Amino acid sequence: MTVAAALRRVAALTREPEFRRGLVDMSGMSVGVGAWGLVTGVAMVKSGMPLGVAVLMSLLVYAGSAQLVVVPLMAAGSPLWVVWLTACCVNLRFVIFSAMWRGYFGGLDRLRRCLIGYFSGDVVFVLFQRRFPDLRPRPEQLPYFMGATAINWTSWQLMSLLGMVLANEVPVHWGLGFAGVLALLGVLLSMLSDRIAWLAAGVAGAAAVAAFALPLKLNILVGIAAAVAVGLVLEAAYPRHSRIRSR
Amino acid sequence: MGFWESIVAILGLAVITVITRSFFLLPEREWPLPEWLKRGLRYAPLAALATVLVPELVMRDGALITTLADARLPALLAACAFYFWRHSILGTLVAGMAVYLPLHVGLGW
Repeated sequence: MTVAAALRRVAALTREPEFRRGLVDMSGMSVGVGAWGLVTGVAMVKSGMPLGVAVLMSLLVYAGSAQLVVVPLMAAGSPLWVVWLTACCVNLRFVIFSAMWRGYFGGLDRLRRCLIGYFSGDVVFVLFQRRFPDLRPRPEQLPYFMGATAINWTSWQLMSLLGMVLANEVPVHWGLGFAGVLALLGVLLSMLSDRIAWLAAGVAGAAAVAAFALPLKLNILVGIAAAVAVGLVLEAAYPRHSRIRSR
Repeated sequence: MGFWESIVAILGLAVITVITRSFFLLPEREWPLPEWLKRGLRYAPLAALATVLVPELVMRDGALITTLADARLPALLAACAFYFWRHSILGTLVAGMAVYLPLHVGLGW
C-alpha cells in the first residue's frame, strides 16, 4: 500500500461518525489515563531504569498495571521467569476480556484480532462494552474501537514519556494518580444502570478489599468472579430487575 | 538487571501483553462458551472497575483506613455529587481533584 493510499484510508476513517464518537468518549478519560501514564513514567525512571530502556518498555509493553508491578522486580534483579510470570498474573483479567472481544471481532482475520487484543486496554474495554452492550458484531464497532484507542494510546504514551523526562520534577507525592481513580469512578457510576449492577459492583469491590493480601493483584480476579456469580444468581432470582440487556 | 537482560525482559513482556489480551482471539475457531458464562461476563467490566477502584479509595498500605481525615473520602463525595448532578466524567474528575489536592497537599490528609 502506498503512502497516499494509506493517508486516504486514514482520512476516510476520521470521517466515520463512530470513529469520532470513540474519540470523544475517550477524550473524557484522557486526563485520567494521562495522569496514570505520568505516574508510571516517573516510577520507571525513579527505579533506576535508563531512559532509553524505559521508553522502549512504554512503547512495546503498553500495559500500565503490569509495568508498575514488574519495574521494581527488574530493578531488584529478579530472574526473568519471575518478571514474566508476575506480568502474566497481573494481566489475567485481559484473558477474561478477550472472550468478550471474540464476540465482537471474531469475524476478522487473525492479524487484526491480535492487533485489537494488543491495543485493548482496560479503559477501551469498558467504554466499548458500555457503547455496545449487545455481544454481537456490528460494522461500526471497528471505527469506534480505533477512535477510542487512538486517544488512549496517545494520551498514555505522551504522558508516560513526559513523566520519564521530568521524573525528578513531577510532584508525585501530590497523589496525581488519584485523577485516574476519579476518571474510572465516573465511568463506573455511568454503568450502574440497575440494582443488580450496583450489587455486583459492591460485591466486586468488597471482595477486592477482602482478598487484597493475595499476591500479584489476584484480588482483581476474585472480585470479577464474585461479581459475575452474584450477577447471574440475582438475574435468575429477579429477572425483571436486570436492565443490562441480554443477547 | 543489566541492559541486555532488561531488553529481553521487555520483549517478553510485550509478547505477554499480546497473548493475554488476545487470548480468546488467537484460535481460528471460536471456543464455544456456555450461554450462562456469556451472560455473566456482561458484569466483568463494571466488576473490573470496582475491584480496581474500591481498594484505591478505602485502603492505605494494604489495610482499611481507620480515619476520616483522609482526603480521598471528601473527594469521593464531591466527585459522586458532581456526577449525579451533571453526568460528566471529566467534571467528576475535576470536582474530586479540586477537593483532594488542597486537603492532601495543604493539610497532609
